[in-house]
Amino acid sequence: MDFAIDYILIPFIKIFIVFNVVAGVVALLTLAERKVAAWIQVRLGPMRVGPYGILQPLADGLKLMLKEDIVPAGADKWIFTLAPVISLVPAFIVFAVIPFGPADGFTILGHKISYFITDLNIGVLYVLSISSVGIIGIILGGWASNSKYPLLGALRSAAQMVSYEVALGFSIIGVLILAGSLSLVKIVEAQKAAGFWYVFLQPVGFILFFACGIAETNRAPFDLPEAESELVAGFHTEYSGFRFSLYFLAEYASMIVVSCMAVTLFWGGWLRPFPSVHSVVLDFLDAIPLAPLFWFAAKVVVFIYAYLWFRWTWPRYRYDQLMKVGWQWLLPLAMANVIVTAVLVLLLKG
Amino acid sequence: MLELILFYTFGTIAVVSAILVITRHNVVHSAAFLGATLFAVAGIFLTLQAEFLAGVQVIVYVGGILVLFVFVIMLIAVERSVHERQYNRQRTIALITSAILIVEIAYGLYRGRDSLILPSIVTPPAAAAAVGNSEQVGTALYTSYLLPFEIASILLLVAIVGAVVLAKKRTPAEE
Repeated sequence: MDFAIDYILIPFIKIFIVFNVVAGVVALLTLAERKVAAWIQVRLGPMRVGPYGILQPLADGLKLMLKEDIVPAGADKWIFTLAPVISLVPAFIVFAVIPFGPADGFTILGHKISYFITDLNIGVLYVLSISSVGIIGIILGGWASNSKYPLLGALRSAAQMVSYEVALGFSIIGVLILAGSLSLVKIVEAQKAAGFWYVFLQPVGFILFFACGIAETNRAPFDLPEAESELVAGFHTEYSGFRFSLYFLAEYASMIVVSCMAVTLFWGGWLRPFPSVHSVVLDFLDAIPLAPLFWFAAKVVVFIYAYLWFRWTWPRYRYDQLMKVGWQWLLPLAMANVIVTAVLVLLLKG
Repeated sequence: MLELILFYTFGTIAVVSAILVITRHNVVHSAAFLGATLFAVAGIFLTLQAEFLAGVQVIVYVGGILVLFVFVIMLIAVERSVHERQYNRQRTIALITSAILIVEIAYGLYRGRDSLILPSIVTPPAAAAAVGNSEQVGTALYTSYLLPFEIASILLLVAIVGAVVLAKKRTPAEE
């Protein structure tokens, strides 16, 4: 009975909560994006649905559900249906390993409950490999639409992903050398033991990771696959209604994933500021119930805001500039960062 | 019992999708089934407690190679290739070569028949569980298999240099 509760019921409840929280945050994000855009352009943004436009996501969601679902005549029906799902599923299952808090969470009726769904010893690799699958959904969707603009968007997307994934992988290696583990929980614990967040040891690694992360999620200034000013809507031009909203969900969910990864790897995950300093005030902060969740969420919100902020302040890269930045700047810099970190760790530890 | 069920599930998916990869007329459908095969193989790695290999399988084959396959497929006219003949009707040669292949495989299996009988309960080595999979793979690669590992990396380097040379635009002075 205990086995059933610990290994089936509790994970199931956790998955249910995480799934719904992520979906809810995505809904709020669509509103946040429009509000932030409005503030940056000195407008008000959506104001009509509910007080201060707060119910706008609900109205949008309803509209998308009720819209006619169109499959273009020349489209490959199977692939056209499958593609948004291939994009969406990886974006959500990555959350299985994100540690929202420490392993020794709290106890309910004698069952110990941790703040994450599971802790894999290949956590980082799992996140990288699963999130690299989402791109296939974009490429197949662009191809299956059987139309010019989606195909161009899909081609750009493929080239962009392949270029930036390499630099993304390299930018994380510095952290892995310092922490000595691929498990996300162990990486945060190593930061606690070290006494400071890894961003102070790996500033270059962090900037590279976030830049490549933005490129991986197809957000401005790297949003060439959708580039509304040149490609109409890029790979999802032919998608409408619910299928379109699946792509939308996937994009916002992967934004949250990249933010969570940045927080976990570089900004101390669930740790409060000054994790090794003990004083009355700071220890009191730790005593607040669900404090780890608060710190984690607060940090993630900062990164998501940065995402929205970038979109409305920076112009899009041109295609050749994008390739040049990826291969000639980010990748060599990431490799140099790995070598310098490895040498320094060897010298200082040995 | 659970491992056996998982193994047969993943095995069936892998084999069926692999057959579909070569029988579909549309190359994009083939690519999609190739993805399913690769995922099923990663699943089999997981049942063998080789989670590092499973992760690498997905990131390299699905995230890298399959993406490049699809990328290239999009540049060719799929509509025309759908109507083209899929097999070139060389039954005799195909039969001979596959007969040779079957004999080879059968001989290999016959020679290695002793290793086919597995101990009734397969337990992962205690060391692997304690140290972690990725550490073990790393240690093996950089100690016992250092030379093959380095040879493989030089081979890949040569391939990269070759690709760059082929793709590079020639300046007038070189021609």
